[in-house]
Amino acid sequence: MMASTLAQKIIARSAGLDSVRPGDVVTARVDLAMIHDSGGPRRVEPILQDLGVGLFDASKVVLISDHFVPGDTDEGARILELTRLWAKERKVAFHDGEGICHVVLPERGHLKPGMLVVGGDSHSPTGGAFGAYMFGIGATEMAGVLATGEIWLKVPGTILIEWQGRLSPGVIAKDIMLALCGRLGMDGGQYQAVEYTGEAIAALSMQERMTLSNMAAELGGQVGLIAPDATTEAYLESVGGSAGDWHGLETDPGAELAAHHVFDAAALEPQVAAPHSPANAMAVSHAPDTQFDVAYIGACTGAKYEDLKGAAAILRGRKLAPGIALRVAPASMRDQQRAADEGIMAVFEDAGAQILPNACGICAGYGNDRLGEDVTCISSTARNFQGRMGAASSKVWLASPLTVAASAITGRIADPREFLRDGEGTV
Amino acid sequence: MSGRIFLLGDDIDTDQLAPGQYMKGGLEMLAAHCLESARPEFAGTVKPGDVIVAGKNFGMGSSREQAAEALKHLGVAGVVARSFAGIFYRNALNLGLPVLVAENVDGVSDGDAVVLDPVAGELRLTDKSQTVRLEPLPDNLKQMLADGGLVPHLKKRFAKEREREAGA
Repeated sequence: MMASTLAQKIIARSAGLDSVRPGDVVTARVDLAMIHDSGGPRRVEPILQDLGVGLFDASKVVLISDHFVPGDTDEGARILELTRLWAKERKVAFHDGEGICHVVLPERGHLKPGMLVVGGDSHSPTGGAFGAYMFGIGATEMAGVLATGEIWLKVPGTILIEWQGRLSPGVIAKDIMLALCGRLGMDGGQYQAVEYTGEAIAALSMQERMTLSNMAAELGGQVGLIAPDATTEAYLESVGGSAGDWHGLETDPGAELAAHHVFDAAALEPQVAAPHSPANAMAVSHAPDTQFDVAYIGACTGAKYEDLKGAAAILRGRKLAPGIALRVAPASMRDQQRAADEGIMAVFEDAGAQILPNACGICAGYGNDRLGEDVTCISSTARNFQGRMGAASSKVWLASPLTVAASAITGRIADPREFLRDGEGTV
Repeated sequence: MSGRIFLLGDDIDTDQLAPGQYMKGGLEMLAAHCLESARPEFAGTVKPGDVIVAGKNFGMGSSREQAAEALKHLGVAGVVARSFAGIFYRNALNLGLPVLVAENVDGVSDGDAVVLDPVAGELRLTDKSQTVRLEPLPDNLKQMLADGGLVPHLKKRFAKEREREAGA
């Protein structure tokens, strides 16, 4: 048996082959298809009708509403209504207003290591944190998958990204990703399989790993894989899922790699990325003094339970800078509930933050809280392309939720390490 | 069909091609705002047969296929770039919009008269008597593009399957 990467193993199994090589074009069976209200029913149903076929397997389709939630415009409300009707008619699992799809999918136990999964959203690589080969596709391709249960793949090479040692207090997964965007560029992933490994990665919780996999999208990878381990298994069992037999789902020693990058986790500082690209990353200590109007903690990338917990640890007992608006959109209802139970939401409320729905919201440029003209924002989201989160004249700096919290206190770019208290260094 | 070249830079993202704030509207509205932040005159002046030539990582960002659909709706004959973001690349071909990689686009200027031939893998600059070689598509994608995109391609496949079943 030839030495294979994790990506090759999952693709070979899904294609019914003993082994595959990078560059092979194969047809794979899809284990699960996730769709949301924007690219989902409103776009795929007309195509299914045109094709004259139904779903390949309704039990393998999960629908999640998150883009047009809370339906605060006529058009958005109409799309949500159409989404709800479709879920009923097509008899698929439906999570309505429960949070952002990439966070809801694993927290409701739908993912399992070794699965081949497609998602109708570009941050679908998030599922790679669970050792699933999950990637994003557009609506027409999704309709094709829903009709046939199949998708073509060009077997990717693997770009192995190894972080040795441990992250220091105040430095988290988001900082790793901004640093990688800066070092490798937004096309550094070359639509290959990115795989994260090393001591620092193994030490991360599942939600932190999800941040790494999520932003494989910003690196331009097709997927962002992390080999499953005991942490993965414990998480999946805690949400009522199962890890199945995950042993052997890893890149073999000696497997051919497209590239292997090695980084020192202990040397990494908190990062920020200047407008208008995640690749404009730099250490907080090197960032030019910049003043903010809005601090945003939101999105699948940066408002999961642990992101909220880390930000609240910095904000607790402190006041926001005069004139700054803090907006918090917890990534899922379940994460928000847990944060509320533990007093985390109260910290945001006490600080005067505006709490927004569990939805994509400002990150995707949706809703009434989009950034206005000339607004400068520091955000825990993944993308700061010009005009994405609002007016073309608005400017977005990306950072970890810890750095966003610290910057909300000072009103300008701040180093979260200056606000750490004993025992609150890591999330 | 001949047209003109719109020359763009690196990293043209899907928020420029299909701005999020117009996503709840129809294709007509999205197309009217296509590329307005990079080239405000684009949607108003682009004509059928025109070709976009760009740098690396064209179409990075979202999976929204309206990014490719808007270009097709405006009559763009295809996009030639040094590299494409993976999801955009798949979306464009699924919708029947030719997207082709060129290692080198030296000598190509904004406004050049052009004919794109995706089958031959050539971008012909007709006024300059210059031809840019394009990387050939893999066979499976060549076939899908020849069929007009994924939906007509699947229709053909399903029709064949039904014929076979009827014959069996």
